Parts: sequence; structure tokens; C-alpha cells
Amino acid sequence: MPEQVTLITGARKGLGRYLAEQRLARGERVYGCSREPSDLVSPRYEHFCLDVSDERAVRQMFSRIRKEAGRLDHLVNNAGVASMNHAMLTPMSVVESILSTNVAGTFLMCREAARVMQTNGFGRIVNVTSVAAPLHLEGESIYAASKSAVQTLTQILAHELAPFGITVNAVGPTPVMTDLIRNVPADRIASLLARQAIPRLGTPEDVHNVVDFFFRKESGFVTAQSVFLGGVC
Amino acid sequence: MPQDETHVTEVIRRLVLDWCADHNDATERKVDVASGDAAPLFGIERVLDSLALVGLLVAVEQGIDDELGVILTLADEKAASQVKSPFRTIGSLVAYATKRALEESSAHA
Repeated sequence: MPEQVTLITGARKGLGRYLAEQRLARGERVYGCSREPSDLVSPRYEHFCLDVSDERAVRQMFSRIRKEAGRLDHLVNNAGVASMNHAMLTPMSVVESILSTNVAGTFLMCREAARVMQTNGFGRIVNVTSVAAPLHLEGESIYAASKSAVQTLTQILAHELAPFGITVNAVGPTPVMTDLIRNVPADRIASLLARQAIPRLGTPEDVHNVVDFFFRKESGFVTAQSVFLGGVC
Repeated sequence: MPQDETHVTEVIRRLVLDWCADHNDATERKVDVASGDAAPLFGIERVLDSLALVGLLVAVEQGIDDELGVILTLADEKAASQVKSPFRTIGSLVAYATKRALEESSAHA
């Protein structure tokens, strides 16, 4: 079986870094990207510094991956930005930044990944959404809206890419202690956890468990699904 | 680096014909490559469905990247704004892809 190739966006730190390490531990060749350089060192890891919504940079990255690895089996669209603020205090620059990274960036990565994956008739795409969407969290209108858009993208792309052997699914973590939520007040996190069936913070292991399930060859009949952790629905 | 138009056209025509040969081996609805540049691909007289067209355009784009070092998108706003689809025949696709490859090559020279 040829070496499996995985691309993870937002791989420099937090959840993305953990996922990259897990896939490396499984013997896969892993590519990561983020705006800043990574200190992850492995002979099977390569990092690209780019903005996921920069079409030219993203296309150059996929060109490199295709020429070097000859294939792409898995993509995790983990890169994302969040901003928690009342709608009346949210600047348009923040709105544009969130939509650009979370929605346009996710679409662009899916599009380019599918072009490489379709040549082998196999691919697994996992988009990272958030419980902020189904919980309709106040103060996160644009972030939650962007993640709802990611779920819709996931469902429609699943249909468009199914004929090419590519599945598209999403995982929606509960709060995981990463930089994304480090500045969220503790009482706000507590009230959010109280709305979960299992009221605890998520862990990177919880997220990887779902990603790993979607990645499996045996999961070829599982597509267009969004799995929320902690009992959120 | 700017590229020679004749060479670019030859490369792209070969990419299109190679894809058509593979496609014809795998399906009953074949591209009539014997008709040369006039062979219909996509449009009123289409022989390719939309999924096959996606496969053809991606294969040609990747071939152009591999052989000419030019990264481009064929199904872009420029293609959509053409009065006649550039994907209707082998000849129109080769001409459009050549034009776009030369534009991209010059733009990033």
C-alpha cells in the first residue's frame, strides 16, 4: 500500500499540531500549513507558510504536494479564526477576516485537494466546524455563521465529490483548551459546557478519534456528516 | 519565462488527446478524435457530461503545470464570459488553454 499523504491546515499549534503529530505517528506523510512557521521536525513533515484564502499561494502548495508526493489522501481543514463580540461592536474588518479564513479558505482548500484526490479516485476531507453553530452562541454571530457555512459546504461538496471517491465530513468540537478560546471568560465556558450532554472540555484526542474514523478506508460510505462532540446536536 | 506559442500549443494538444484516448477506452460515449480540432466536447453537441469535463480540465491544468510550469485555472471568469464556450471542441479548448498559458506565463515572467 502506498504511503498515505495528509494535509492539515492550521498545523502550527493547538489542535492542528496534535493532528499532524498523530498522523505522523501512523506513518503517514504529512503536510501542514499556517501563516507562521512550524517547529515540528520530521523527515515526513513539511510546512508551508501561507494564508488559506490566498488562492495563488494555495495553488502553489498543491502543485508542490502533487509533484512531490504524487497523491493526497486526507485533508483536514482546521485553520480558523474566531472573534467573540456583541454584533453591535463587531467591526467589518473582523467579519471579513472570519469569512475569508473560515469559509473561503475552507472552500479553496477543498477545491484544490479534490483536484489532486480525484486522480486516484480516493480522498477524505474533514472540515472543522464548531458547536457555536448548533448552540447559536450569543456574541459569536459571525463565527457561528461561518461554521454553519462550513457545514453547508460539507454537505454539498459531499454530493459533488462522491463520484470521484472523495468523502467530505465535518467534526464540531466542544471548547478545547487552545489559543482560540484562551481569552474566553471562565463563566462563559462553564455555561457553554452546561449545554452539552457530557459537560466537560473536549480534548485533541476526542477530535482525532472522529477524524481518524472519517479517514478510514472502511468509512467510504460515510459522507456529508457533521459530528458534534459532547452530545451537542 | 515567456513560452513559445507553437510549443505550448503542441503540448496542450497532446494533453487533450491523451485524455481523450483514456476516456474513449473507458466509456461508450467517445470523443470523435478522428475529426481533429472540430471534434465536439461540451456544449450543444456535447459528448462529455459535466463530470467528464471536470476530469478533462483538471488533467489539462495539471499537465500544463507539470510540462510548462504554469499554474492556471481554465474554468475561470474569462471562460464564462466568452460568447462561445471555449470547451465546445478539441480545437477551441486547445486554443483557449494555449492563450491562457501564454498569458499566465507572461504575467509571472
